[in-house]
Amino acid sequence: MAEKLLEIKNLQQYFPVKGLKGTDGKPAVVKAVDGVTFDIYKGEVLGLVGESGCGKTTIGRCILRLVEPTGGEVLFNGIDVLKLKDEEMRKLRQEMQIVFQDPYGSLDPRKTVGQLIGRPLELHRYGTKEEIRKRTHELMELVGLRPEYYGRFPHEFSGGQRQRIGIARAIALNPQFVVCDEPVSALDVSIQAQVLNLMKDLQEKFNLTYLFISHDLRVVRYICDRVIVMYLGRIMEIADSNELYDRPVHPYTKALLSAIPEVTKERRERERVRLQGDVPSPINIPGGCRFHTRCPQRQEICKTTEPPVKDLGNGHFCVCHFA
Amino acid sequence: MEEYREKTLVIDEQKKITFWQTFFRNKAAILAAIIIVIFLLCAIFAPLIAPFPYDEQNLPEMMQAPSANHIFGTDEFGRDIFSRVIYGTRISLQVGFFSVAISVIIGTILGALAGYYGGIVDQIISGFIDIVSSFPVSLLAIAVVASLGRSLVNLIIVISMISWAGYARIIRGQVLTLKEWDFVEAARALGASNLRIIFKHVLPNAIAPIIVMSTLEIPKAIIVESTLSFLGLGVPPPTPSWGSIMSAGRAYIMQAPWITMSPGLAMMAIVFAFNLFGDALRDTLDPRLNKQI
Repeated sequence: MAEKLLEIKNLQQYFPVKGLKGTDGKPAVVKAVDGVTFDIYKGEVLGLVGESGCGKTTIGRCILRLVEPTGGEVLFNGIDVLKLKDEEMRKLRQEMQIVFQDPYGSLDPRKTVGQLIGRPLELHRYGTKEEIRKRTHELMELVGLRPEYYGRFPHEFSGGQRQRIGIARAIALNPQFVVCDEPVSALDVSIQAQVLNLMKDLQEKFNLTYLFISHDLRVVRYICDRVIVMYLGRIMEIADSNELYDRPVHPYTKALLSAIPEVTKERRERERVRLQGDVPSPINIPGGCRFHTRCPQRQEICKTTEPPVKDLGNGHFCVCHFA
Repeated sequence: MEEYREKTLVIDEQKKITFWQTFFRNKAAILAAIIIVIFLLCAIFAPLIAPFPYDEQNLPEMMQAPSANHIFGTDEFGRDIFSRVIYGTRISLQVGFFSVAISVIIGTILGALAGYYGGIVDQIISGFIDIVSSFPVSLLAIAVVASLGRSLVNLIIVISMISWAGYARIIRGQVLTLKEWDFVEAARALGASNLRIIFKHVLPNAIAPIIVMSTLEIPKAIIVESTLSFLGLGVPPPTPSWGSIMSAGRAYIMQAPWITMSPGLAMMAIVFAFNLFGDALRDTLDPRLNKQI
């Protein structure tokens, strides 16, 4: 846990909403990511959890610059990714890759497996055709695809196999960093385990760094070293995986954790935290602590004052007045 | 490594075979293909097939009814109608293929740029599309040919100028939906340039409806060409075109109906064949219909 691979500083991503005015009369803006700061260390798997619409996926895409963030900095090995010119960015993309959630939409239906996996190699001039073919076969073996699938099309595969193709494509150029955007949430539970194990193996084998985006807390616990909990475009709590699961501090984290169905009697008897209501609209974020509208522990101060970031030691941070 | 490649090849072969197998399981498609091939051969080998030169006048034999010597009869100058129709095939097919090819290229590129980049690029191109599609086709064609002069090339230019807009509109719509797919994002994450994404990932997925549409547009182009020739705005004489043969025969339609009927029937046959072919192509390319054929 020594070296920082990525530093994300005050990242913001606002999307203007056409034809809608906010309460202050200015054009409405969806604050998908509203000032997020965190580091990603070399070789770790960092989980990013939260409800739908809290900005998890947007963070992943901002880091890879698939969308242009509104503000903030993303430093990759000290280089500000957001300031790079097109050509420099293209080169850097070898180091940062992404695995998508939807194994059906993320593969070009008109390309064969060989073409899909070989494409990144071609793009970055890996070598001659023969070398690319060889490397493609290596990659296929690595992710557990049989070599005779080389000439087949994505529609001939199951979701799990397609996700393997997506993973092979992402690691083809030996990246240092991979954004995994809910890579298993579209798969059957039995297949989830296989794909997760594959990702874990690859991570250990090549010392990859993952940003693992998910809403499935069990999956996150299984694969992640550290976890970030997000709510409405902000970070609520960061901690080591075990620490977070055993001693959650933020009321939101507690509520999320208590929603996991448990098998053991002891765990089932843990106190359940139930949240009231829905996530407020990211167009109209509540003042004070943005979680106060649904927080079971809210006090007067939560409605008026934004809580500070509290350092609880051992890399455990929490944004709550009562932490 | 060698054995992998062989297996790959086998699979690819199978793919191609199934496409054409599905296609030709449709009986109408076979008929259409045969008719189109016959016309293509006529156009290519016109000098070998035609029994007489198309411009050879033979006044003693003028306006003869179809016979063994002149199977479609002769016109008012004694020229062999069959030979003239055969040569006319050249003009019709050239206009059909080249005008469609040009408008597909222009329409696809402009449509793709509009759909992919959006914003001001889209507004400008879409504006052009709307303007072009609001012109009455034959009127614009008449105006342009009248000012540019009569020639085969001008005919092709005119028809392409009008019909690219339809392709552009379809491609734009396809690209608008396709660009939201994750595989486009994946290509960008891999470092592919915009042009590469458009041509290698987006367009190949958008091209199926264009293939069908262009097959259905070829007969339309042929009809427009004949219309213009009929009005005297087509290829200048003595080069025969179906429209000009009909136009010339119009005066003698009571005495010598074969002059107008022969090119008319030829045109009907080819338009019919291309329409059947297009329909069959659409059925084959649409995966939802595949099973029922």
